[in-house]
Amino acid sequence: MGFTLSNQQQQLSKIATGNGHGENSPYFEGWKAFDSNPYHPTKNPHGVIQMGLAENQLSFDLIQEWVLNHPEASICTAEGAKEFKDIANFQDYHGLPEFRNAVANFMGNVRGNRVTFDPDRIVMSGGATGAHEMLAFCLADPGEAFLMPVPYYPAFDRDLRWRTGVQLLPVACESFNNFKITRAALEDAYEKAQKANIRVKGLLITNPSNPLGTVLDRETLKSLVTFINEKNIHLVCDEIYAATVFTQPSFISIAEILEEEEVECNRELIHIVYSLSKDMGFPGFRVGIVYSYNDAVVNCARKMSSFGLVSTQTQRLIASMLSDNEFVDRFIAESARRLKARHAKFTVGLEEEGTTCLKSSGGLFVWMDLHKHLKEPTFEAEMALWRIIIHEVKLNVSPGSSFHCPEPGWFRVCFANMDDQTMEVALERIRNFVLQDKEAAVVAMKKKKRCWQSSKNLSLSFNRRSRFDEVMMSPHSPIPQSPLVRAT
Amino acid sequence: MCMLSRKATCNSHGQDSSYFLGWQEYEKNPFHEVRNTKGIIQMGLAENQLCFDILKSWIANNPDAAGFKRNGESIFAELALFQDYHGIPEFKKALTEFMSEIRGNKVSFDPNHLVLAAGATSANETLMFCLANHGEAFLLPTPYYPGFDRDLKWRTGVEIVPIHCTSSNGFQITETALQEAYLEAQKRNLRVKGVLVTNPSNPLGTTMTRNELNMLVSFVDEKGIHLVSDEIYSGTAFSTPSFVSVMEILKERKCDENGSQVWKRVHVVYSLSKDLGLPGFRVGAIYSNDDTVVAAATKMSSFGLVSSQTQYLLAAMLSDKKLTKNYISENHKRLRQRQKKLVSGLQKAGISCLKGNAGLFCWVDMRHLLRSNTFEAEMELWKKIVYEVRLNISPGSSCHCTEPGWFRVCFANIPIPGR
Repeated sequence: MGFTLSNQQQQLSKIATGNGHGENSPYFEGWKAFDSNPYHPTKNPHGVIQMGLAENQLSFDLIQEWVLNHPEASICTAEGAKEFKDIANFQDYHGLPEFRNAVANFMGNVRGNRVTFDPDRIVMSGGATGAHEMLAFCLADPGEAFLMPVPYYPAFDRDLRWRTGVQLLPVACESFNNFKITRAALEDAYEKAQKANIRVKGLLITNPSNPLGTVLDRETLKSLVTFINEKNIHLVCDEIYAATVFTQPSFISIAEILEEEEVECNRELIHIVYSLSKDMGFPGFRVGIVYSYNDAVVNCARKMSSFGLVSTQTQRLIASMLSDNEFVDRFIAESARRLKARHAKFTVGLEEEGTTCLKSSGGLFVWMDLHKHLKEPTFEAEMALWRIIIHEVKLNVSPGSSFHCPEPGWFRVCFANMDDQTMEVALERIRNFVLQDKEAAVVAMKKKKRCWQSSKNLSLSFNRRSRFDEVMMSPHSPIPQSPLVRAT
Repeated sequence: MCMLSRKATCNSHGQDSSYFLGWQEYEKNPFHEVRNTKGIIQMGLAENQLCFDILKSWIANNPDAAGFKRNGESIFAELALFQDYHGIPEFKKALTEFMSEIRGNKVSFDPNHLVLAAGATSANETLMFCLANHGEAFLLPTPYYPGFDRDLKWRTGVEIVPIHCTSSNGFQITETALQEAYLEAQKRNLRVKGVLVTNPSNPLGTTMTRNELNMLVSFVDEKGIHLVSDEIYSGTAFSTPSFVSVMEILKERKCDENGSQVWKRVHVVYSLSKDLGLPGFRVGAIYSNDDTVVAAATKMSSFGLVSSQTQYLLAAMLSDKKLTKNYISENHKRLRQRQKKLVSGLQKAGISCLKGNAGLFCWVDMRHLLRSNTFEAEMELWKKIVYEVRLNISPGSSCHCTEPGWFRVCFANIPIPGR
């Protein structure tokens, strides 16, 4: 009478019993380490500090103050309660008009009002997570593919592929030119797809980039537009970090490129994903937005948004907050200022010990270069280093391989999800680790020299990939084996 | 021409159905008691607007929950950052207790087996993604909620095979009809993964009998398939016979003790859109005894989590047992009164309804008003009712009813004056 596991697997769907959710990856080891031993300045000063979560916690005081001073924004206060019934009852998937207007207005503000957004093109979704899945359902059939420059946000593997059956094909980017997206790499990825008989439906970029924290320059954006127009494929621009850009080079939205005279583009190919999770620090409120220049996509996405509408209670609050232009201007400026200060403190602190990060102007994280600390230039060594960082240095950071980075040794380290004091502690831990590692390296070097002199057969192993990659990489990944041979 | 997906260009979204067309007509010309007395009255929307005063009064007396505060201290930041797909524990606890209370505390629900979703729309779709592969099928008794065509089929690729129910026995599900539907699926080469029922029923406004429920459980047990019970209207069962949840049946059959695995294949969908009249807040839930389903559905809920702001408010509201007790009984009373008014009014016009004891609507019999016993005649009658009588009601064909002449008429979406 007992059911075997395979029985159960047949009773449930392949989606439910497979690994497409991506959560079996060893990447989550860091999270588990944090969850079981979280840092607290007084209660647990030796716990793990969370630096793997891209959250913006630096400017809540401004928002809290606004909320206190605007009780009418909540439908539950005495001032706002008269609207409770209408708001609680409103389930139109167009969303509250004032919500759409306020979001369109905010998106324009974030882009320095260099472009305006049409509220009628704003479609709600369950966070950017829901937005991406929804767009994938609208733009591609199962088996078709999106091109994605590496490194990219790990959860895209789930958001774009899991329930949709769509594939992700990496576009190679390398550190020698700061991971720039080149035309050659795009063509290469596209060709590989053709050869493998995979139909490419679009290109997805995140700008500002997660995990790099960099913005795309005008030339690159234009070349992307040219590329997708030539191939007649979609361009999805995830601009979720738009307001986190704190210094030059400043953020240029795809919306701005479309307005440039000499740019020829079929607008129906362009779609923007947005959210309030990073710019405002509201991941809990699940405010995701799809903005499409394609009427059919707006139409279809709107119907699909039934599966992930924004709570009207939240729509109402956001509508109120984001139509307060004075507050919005003040918030955007102050948030950027605080991010800049935090970023500077962090990166200067690191540089003092010789640890460099990719030069970036936005995001809630740095892309840290720790390849000097790898025992060998392999992803296995990266994982080994990562485990040391989690379990000994006690920082949860994210290894580059989880972002499909083609070169080992890079780590994404978040800096905006903690207070100043915690950041100091984190910096101190990194400093100590770097120092110790340098000393250990010197000792090892001396030892190795002795061994080298005495040994006759020394084999150099390079680029052995860990099992980890099989879980994380798409089955048709055309990432070339990069020849990272470094003689010691 | 740029290509969109097949899903984007087909009409599986179901919005070309008459169910939605009536809405559109209403939107163009909505009734207002002062400004537009010649407009169309909306009776096609299953909303519960009878008890907002109770909720508003609670909110007025509980400023902390309303204002992002706990013990007077602001917890805005904490809420704004909370995106754990397991949900706020206090909220799931309060919600499961509320679900229990609705069922007269005859069954209890474990919060760890509850998965939150953005409305029952999302919950139902997520369950399909978990239980069935593209091209597999679920059996649904007709008539059924038109939105299921979108929710269960559109993006999942799952098929619906109808279990035909007729007025000969008050549209109850019979063993014969079940078996016939199963065979039909097999003929169409469709692998049946489960049965989905709505209890209390939309559009019938009736609760399922113990017999029907037992028969269903035996059927899915024998076939080794799932049973999804959408109990979204469970709190609207306003008169006898009282509502019996499938969970109660499982308990009575001691399903978790006798070694049968069927209890792991029975899943409940819930939402606060109907019982509490809060469709805008997008609060849905899946309850399952199967750990794999719970785990998979929880991960999928990332695509449609409940706003933490809303979870916090409702956690406080539903933990107030005085409120929930009062609300449940008052809700029943007002629904009963309102339904009685509609039913007796229709009777005076020579129109009868299926005897209903739940839901926010009546299943009205207008077969005698049809020109002929056809769906064309039903559509003709429907158009007359929308454009001439100026009432938006839902024709039975949009609910896949096999007999022409039945209409769903909602009665709870017009608030009580002064409340």
